[in-house]
Amino acid sequence: MSSVWSQLEPHLAGVSKPARYIGLELGAQRPSAPAGAVSWLLTYPDTYEIGLPNQGLQILYEIVNERDDAWAERSYAPWGDLEAVMRCERIPLFSVDTHRPAGDFDVLAFNLSAELTYTNLLNCVDLAGVPVRAAERRPEHPLVAAGGHCTYNPEPLAGFLDFVVLGDGEEVVSEITEVIAAWKASGRTEGSREALLRELSHVEGVYVPSMYEVDYDGPRIAAIRPRFPDVPERVEKRTIADLADWPYPRNQLVPLTEVVHDRLNVEVFRGCTRGCRFCQAGMITRPVRERPAEQVRTMVGEGLRRTGYDEVALTSLSTADFSGIEDVVRGIVDAPSACGQTSVSLPSLRVDAFTVGIAAQIQKARRTGLTFAPEAGTWRMRQIINKLIREEDLYGAVESAFSTGWRRVKLYFLTGLPSETDADTLGILDLARNCVEIGRRHTKGVTVKASVGGFVPKPFTPFQWFGQNTAEELGRKIGLLREGARSAKGVQLTWHDPKATLVEGLASRGDRRLGPVIEAVWRRGGTFQEWSEHFRVDLWLDALAEAGLDLEWYVYRHRTEDEVLPWAHLSAGLHQDFLWQDWQDALAEVGLPDCRWTPCYDCGACTGYGIEHVVASATAPAGGSQGTGQDLSTGGLRPGPVPVSLTPRSLVGARS
Amino acid sequence: MTGNGPAPRVRIRFSKHGKVRFTSHRDVARIWERALRRAGVAVAYTEGFSPRPKLSFGLALSTGHESQAEYLDVALRDAPGPDAVEQLPALLAPALPAGMEVQAATVLTPGAESLQQAVTSCTWYIEIGDVAPDEVAAGVARTLAATELPLTRSRKGHSVTDDVRPAILDVRVLGPVTEIVAPLAPRATALGTALEAELATQPRGLRPAELIEAIDPTWVVARVTRNHQWTQAGGARCEVIDLGPAATPPPHAEVRAS
Repeated sequence: MSSVWSQLEPHLAGVSKPARYIGLELGAQRPSAPAGAVSWLLTYPDTYEIGLPNQGLQILYEIVNERDDAWAERSYAPWGDLEAVMRCERIPLFSVDTHRPAGDFDVLAFNLSAELTYTNLLNCVDLAGVPVRAAERRPEHPLVAAGGHCTYNPEPLAGFLDFVVLGDGEEVVSEITEVIAAWKASGRTEGSREALLRELSHVEGVYVPSMYEVDYDGPRIAAIRPRFPDVPERVEKRTIADLADWPYPRNQLVPLTEVVHDRLNVEVFRGCTRGCRFCQAGMITRPVRERPAEQVRTMVGEGLRRTGYDEVALTSLSTADFSGIEDVVRGIVDAPSACGQTSVSLPSLRVDAFTVGIAAQIQKARRTGLTFAPEAGTWRMRQIINKLIREEDLYGAVESAFSTGWRRVKLYFLTGLPSETDADTLGILDLARNCVEIGRRHTKGVTVKASVGGFVPKPFTPFQWFGQNTAEELGRKIGLLREGARSAKGVQLTWHDPKATLVEGLASRGDRRLGPVIEAVWRRGGTFQEWSEHFRVDLWLDALAEAGLDLEWYVYRHRTEDEVLPWAHLSAGLHQDFLWQDWQDALAEVGLPDCRWTPCYDCGACTGYGIEHVVASATAPAGGSQGTGQDLSTGGLRPGPVPVSLTPRSLVGARS
Repeated sequence: MTGNGPAPRVRIRFSKHGKVRFTSHRDVARIWERALRRAGVAVAYTEGFSPRPKLSFGLALSTGHESQAEYLDVALRDAPGPDAVEQLPALLAPALPAGMEVQAATVLTPGAESLQQAVTSCTWYIEIGDVAPDEVAAGVARTLAATELPLTRSRKGHSVTDDVRPAILDVRVLGPVTEIVAPLAPRATALGTALEAELATQPRGLRPAELIEAIDPTWVVARVTRNHQWTQAGGARCEVIDLGPAATPPPHAEVRAS
């Protein structure tokens, strides 16, 4: 077995956090690599600390390693200091499990969770000794693949990826393995790579970019066509029908060094039908599939015992919506084996007193801070984005938090939302100020942190047609908030760099013509763009200008209904007319209740795939909130006419 | 539960070799917290809003160094039976990562000194890359002959110069090393020299890398292994937990877990 460990070892004492490169996690595997078996190197294109906890990657790691005809190891992007050593000493990208060189694997499969990691993907492929452009790869080279939420518009990376997986990977990873195994058995002969890719394009959920031709009409896309009659015109995502069939990860990795989300993670459901219009995750993962409560209990109990963690997160897009959530968390906390030391975290708190009540039960000890995401400052705005949190719900939640011992509350907001006015933006401060006031009634030293991110429209959401705010406009809005926050005692404001938001927007809805831009940014050293100390907006703007591409076209422009979007040949199961209608409803400030407990809107996610929501409870938890079973006529507490329109682009420009 | 009295404590001696040596002191603390929970050891927790398991570690081992003699003290909820302590190494073995091995465990008498207080010096095995034994011997002799050895080190962000000679209790050259694990600048040779040093830990300890810097700042430190941690008993030095003569391997024979 080849290993780069002996080359690597002498240098590790000289790099930062060397434990990132040694593997040895509890749950790590050392596959025996049987001859002829398909080898996957599952790679997260960011640091080990960010990538190790990724559940998608860990699930596939186990599923592949359970097969007789395949095995998987893991890799992460090396930090700059180690990369310099690797390039100087000609050490290739390696797996952390056995330190096998990446080029020895059949598939380099990347998890794409964030646009700003795209240049890291190119860097990892290059460090593996594989040509970064798909067209230049030969039969001996690994296949370069990607999965994860960003693959719903993989077009900016189309020139670098051999194949892409849309949706849940649990089943399709095996189908892909079988196709590749047959190719390996046939000897990976000269010219066979294209035949293999064509074969892969027949697997449902697999998109092979090189099998499609894009026609342009000036800056517009005229059509996206399969190059061969047997290649599907539209690639549908994969969806597993029942989470109960996939109790993974069974052996969650426990790292030896500090990582984010360093705790046991148990996914309690997948999918979300709250219908927040800005939220791509909620749209593309439908329908809702709950894990049976009994299975959750088993996974938590066995997971805690096996890992030695004293904290478990019940993960999903909105865990308070899990049927019977109260019983489940009480069961975990009160378990005799927990000895009163196990804490439960709910990474996605719903904004209501019910949720805080659960939090109070489970965080008896460490009552430091609670986080809520109202996302917008006014009821009008929250109706537009369909985050139907009434002001009284928020205040009830905050009252409940401060009165039961919490002293810090963090509120997440977006700015740059469709038709957002300055009054909407400043509403963020009003909410935060009111929360401080509520807190002061209970305790003096309260702080309310308002974290403001710039909104990036995402594919397969109702806002995919919306022109993103310019970086200048986002900067102006943040300026307004900073100005206002100065006199708001107890309110701490943090914000996301509008320039980073700009680049996310570029990649989020870009097309194939952005490939050379990404490559140029990478070639000039623009890696780790998620890290503010490494982010270089100038690299992106220069590369864009050199490619003759227009920021306005890609990021700021509103799209029309008839436009062929770059992802038109892909499908998340959502009907185009549902999304367009939802966009129109947004502009009309019409909210849409959750379809788990109300009639179906025929978004397409269930009907298209012949599957259904798997939800144990027929009613919304605790009688409902956030648009379930409530009177939504008074959600703002301050009714009054507010102009309703998309802010025209020219006006935005004139104001900034 | 043991009423209001101090929690009973056990002291554990363990080794750290191979790949796992690249974990930091903080990492090792976390690894132990989880390993003890995994093994089902009922550790006592601190009171208050953020209860933490009561573990105390001795002198931090620099990231990248190996060790034959690491220690930690664990406070327990209940007084352990004599068998329980004896079985602790076997119980913990499967809960620890490859390269970390429990060598021994003993019950601490109430009021026993903490590791930080008890340990007065450590013996280190140090490999110097690309320098011949006679050259190392000359440097060592120069150092031991010096009456004063000022070294500038940073301490809490300030540069402090002090005499480190009193902290150097003994240094002896062991001989040549034929396979060095170090990035060697002119890679003419992969040879080096091994030495053994006993360095004081109090009042301010001297680290192996600092010793080498004091001898000759151009030398490259390759492998470093802590072989002993010494404490004083009745005027003589003794290992914190002695494994007996047979259990202490010669410095060249450490197990490499990679």
